[in-house]
Order: sequence, then C-alpha cells, then structure tokens
Amino acid sequence: MSSAATGTPEIPAAGHVPARRPADGRRPRRGKAIGPWWKRMNFVGGLGAAVWLVIVGVPLYFLFVPSLRVSADYLAKGPLSPPNNLTVGNYATIMRSEFPRYFVNTIIVTLACVAIVLALALPAAYAIVRSRKKSVSTAFSVILLGLAVPAQAVILPLYLLITKAGLYDTLLAIILPTAAFALPLSIIVLTSSLRDVPAELYEAMNLDGAGATRALFSLVIPLSRSALATVGIFTAMQAWNGFLFPLVLTQSSSVRVLTLGLWDFQGQFGQNVPLLLAAMVLALLPLLVVYLVGRRYLLAGLTAGSGK
Amino acid sequence: MSSRTQSSVQAGRPGFVWAAPAIVFFGVFALLPMFVVVYLSFTSYNAISDPVWIGVKNWKHLAADPLVGNSLRLSAILTVLSWLVQTAIALPLGVYLAGKGRTRSVLAAALFLPLLMSGAAIALLWSTLFDPNFGLASVVGPLIGVANGNFIGNPSLAFYCVLLVIAWQFIPFHTLLYQGATRAIPTSLYEAAMIDGAERFKQFTLITVPQLRDTIITSGVLMIVGSLTYFEIILILTGGGPGTATRILPLHMYITGFRGFDMGYASVLAVLLLAVGTSLSLLITKVTGYRKMASQKEGL
Repeated sequence: MSSAATGTPEIPAAGHVPARRPADGRRPRRGKAIGPWWKRMNFVGGLGAAVWLVIVGVPLYFLFVPSLRVSADYLAKGPLSPPNNLTVGNYATIMRSEFPRYFVNTIIVTLACVAIVLALALPAAYAIVRSRKKSVSTAFSVILLGLAVPAQAVILPLYLLITKAGLYDTLLAIILPTAAFALPLSIIVLTSSLRDVPAELYEAMNLDGAGATRALFSLVIPLSRSALATVGIFTAMQAWNGFLFPLVLTQSSSVRVLTLGLWDFQGQFGQNVPLLLAAMVLALLPLLVVYLVGRRYLLAGLTAGSGK
Repeated sequence: MSSRTQSSVQAGRPGFVWAAPAIVFFGVFALLPMFVVVYLSFTSYNAISDPVWIGVKNWKHLAADPLVGNSLRLSAILTVLSWLVQTAIALPLGVYLAGKGRTRSVLAAALFLPLLMSGAAIALLWSTLFDPNFGLASVVGPLIGVANGNFIGNPSLAFYCVLLVIAWQFIPFHTLLYQGATRAIPTSLYEAAMIDGAERFKQFTLITVPQLRDTIITSGVLMIVGSLTYFEIILILTGGGPGTATRILPLHMYITGFRGFDMGYASVLAVLLLAVGTSLSLLITKVTGYRKMASQKEGL
C-alpha cells in the first residue's frame, strides 16, 4: 500500500488543512489567478448545499424549538405556528422522570466500553506491528475477517450466550458485545498509526535495554495519542448511540440506556411531543458539547478506518 | 518497517500474549456466535428452554415462508436506491464542502450535525414529523397530494419515508468521507487543468470524480453492506409495516426471533443475512480491485 493508504485517520478532519499554512503571508493562495477550482464562486454547488441545508435544518428545527413549547400549544396550533411563550418546563419534567437514570447508565456503558477497547486494542495493535510471530499475523487476519460480521446476524446466539452466562438484563450484557464489536476497527486504526512510527525508535529503545512493556509506555502511547483519541471517540459514539444490544439483551428500566429510554418515552408520553423532543435534546447534549469543543477529533473518530 | 539488524529477532518485541486478550474477547462475542448461529438454525429454540436439534426443518421452512422473498426484495430495492440517492447527494456535496472559506466551514459544521444522533433518536424525530395529526406531515401532506398527511401509514409511501430517513441519517457520513478525500487530491492536477483551460464542470468530471474512485468504492461498500443492517430506523418508524411493506430482512429476523420466539427459524434468517453480507462485500472488493488500489496516485 502507498503511504496515502497508511495515513492517519484524521484526513477528513475539518479545519485541519488551513491550520498548517506556512507563515509566509497569511493566505498564500488567495488572489492568485491559478488555484483549485473550488476557490472561485460556485453557484451550482452553493445552491445544492443550500437545498440540503434546508433538508437537514428543518428536522433539526423541529427537534430544538418545539422542545421549548407547551404541549397543549403545540397540539392546538400545529407544528408551524410561531414559537412564543417558550418554556423550559419540558426539560424540568424530563429531569424528574427516569431520564437521569438512563443517562447515568449510558455514561457507565460508554466509559466501560472505551476503557475495555483501549486496554485491549492498543497492546494488540502494538504486537501486530512489532511482533515477528506468525501467530500474531494470523490473529490480525481473524480480526479483519470480523469486520464483515454484522451485529444483527449474531444477535440470536449472543442472546443465548449472555443468558447462559447469567448476564442477561445487566449493564455488562450491553458493555461486553458493544466493546467486542468496536475492537476490529479500533485495532486497524491503531495499527496503521503505529506503522508510521519509525522502526529506528523501537530499535533505539531496545538497545537501551528496554523491554516491550517500557517501549509501550514511553514510545507507543505518546506517539499514538491522536489515534487513541480517534479510537476512544469512535467507541464512545458506538456505545452512546447503540440500540440493538440493549434492545435484545436487557429488559428492566434499571439498566435501560438512553436510546431505548427515548423509544420508551414515545410510548409513555404519547402525544406529548415537546416532552419527547426535550428528552432527545438532553440525550444529544453531551455529544453536542464534544462536537463544539473537538469537532476535528469527533469527525475523525466517526470515520475511523474508512478515511483511508 | 523490517529490522534486519538485530540478531535476536523477537527480543524486546511484544509477543502473542499482547494480542491474546483482544482476540479472545472478540472471538467470544463475535466469532463464536457466528458458528453458534449456524448450529441454532438446526434447532428448535424458544428463548426459554434450551435449543433442541431438529435437523433441516427450519431450512425447509425457508422455502415456504412468503415473507422471506418479500424481505429480500425490499432489502435489495432499498440497497440500490439508498446507494443511488446517497451517492448522488454526498459526492457533490462533499466536493463542495472540501473548498475553503468561512461560509463552507460553517455550512459543514451544520450539515454534519445529524452524525451525532443515534439511529433511534433520528427515527423518533422523524416519526414526530411524519405524525399525520400533529406533525409536519399534516401540513405538507395536503400540499403534495397526500390529503390526510398519512405518509407512514400508507403501504406504498412508507417505503419511501424509510428511504428518506435513512438517507438523512447516512448522507452526512458519506459527505464527510468525500470531503476528506477531495481535500487529499493534489492541487497540481487542478492547476494543470486550468492551464489547459478546463472549466469547473470539466474539472469535476475529469479530475475530481476519477480521483475519488477509491472513496466511491469505500463509501459504496459501506452503503451496500450497511443497508443490509438497517434496523432501528425501520423498527421505530414503521415497525416493518404497514403490513409487511417495510419488513426488510434484519427486521423479519428480529420479529421472528424476539417477538414470535421462533429463534431456530430466525437463526436461518440470520445465517442468510451473514451469507449475503459477507459475499456482497467479497464480491465488491473483488470486482472493483479494492484491495490493490495503490495505483491511483501513480506518477505524482
């Protein structure tokens, strides 16, 4: 594979390219007659993007704005009536429901999945890149094979397995399969990042008498920090938004996570749409904060492995 | 990469033990179930008592199940239409958003927002929009010839609602892929084209699209393989209905196994899903030569 193929997964990151401009003049290309075609005005593209903005924006408007309306008002005046008399009452009601518990459950599941994936994927990727053992490369092929396994296809045996293990209806029943299914891509992303570390660095450490463990802590971890962030975010998104495993492997409201909880709210609140929307906004909030703070890492995490 | 200098080749290097926990963990929860599901497809299993071996009975039932043909057909149509619609929008949009400028980066930040939402949340949001009594559908419906505003309750329209919501969910992701790939195209190609006097549309068709070949394949594989596993959107939005109008294969499997508690037969459907999924991705990577794709950047 070419060097482009082993590039870091941050390629799609927005804002990445402009940040690296040289200091010779602020925007070197501006004003030049020759430049990439997108530098000049593009009316067709702009119009198309505007149309898509409406298609994306309208549902998002109906997510945020009606969540601030009183239910009776929404139902009586219709979805398009101007939003006056806005209230945060829906949010208060949601916070008094079972929502906080679902929220905490989701946080536990997410943190546990990220911890498991990082703890298992990093040593595995390190071994895949550095080991000379045949068994390790065989293991890597097995992992690659696993990429093609859709979770839906194994959900029935997983149900049997989890039930037999006595884990049914526990948070672990969600955590373990979710982490397992995040592993292949995580290992691939970490592997391609570790391949970029020059072999001389490892050799220098070996000459100093450092073993594999010390090389992991003083070389591998510091050098793969951004790949670790990518993997962490990718896994966290999978866990936070996961639906199938909680749906099939849990039942009680004490272990319910947000995605299922929202679905449950729809049945529970019936026509109280603003209340449901408020719950959805609250469930989205942590991701929104991460998006605002670290959009680059978040987007890289989302496209982990496919950006190459 | 290789270090030929050391005499003790494996010294100071991590061994299999380092990879073992990940392999075991992944094996137990993803690989082992692949084999178990094949076993389950030969059993009678109702989720309460243990599976009982019944031979090929479930597999014989497959031929007699009229819903399988229907669900496969729906999955196939949904896959093809999703691929067409999503590529047609995501590719040009991604190329456009790859450009620089404040407007585009603000636009991109807004357009990528759906990426944050779970499939469940997206489906719930759209089901409030599609609500024939109180949703946007009640306002828009009469304007476009659906007098009662009941889109998802209509067997011939529900499928297109699903198509729309799935596109809404996944287009931002593929746009992101195309944006990243477009940014990686060397600007020298465009400079040469401009000297040759090629205008924008020509540059798009003669440089951008050919340079995006790998991404078109990657994104296409993800769309096609992913479309076999569309699940929560449809479960929440339509539940597979009305009737069986949107009951695609994974949903048929879920309803059979976890609502009808015929997990033996549901395993047959799961094996089918597994077989279709893996052979599709194998076929695509074979046909397109995806594995040996390094040649694209030749001569640069």
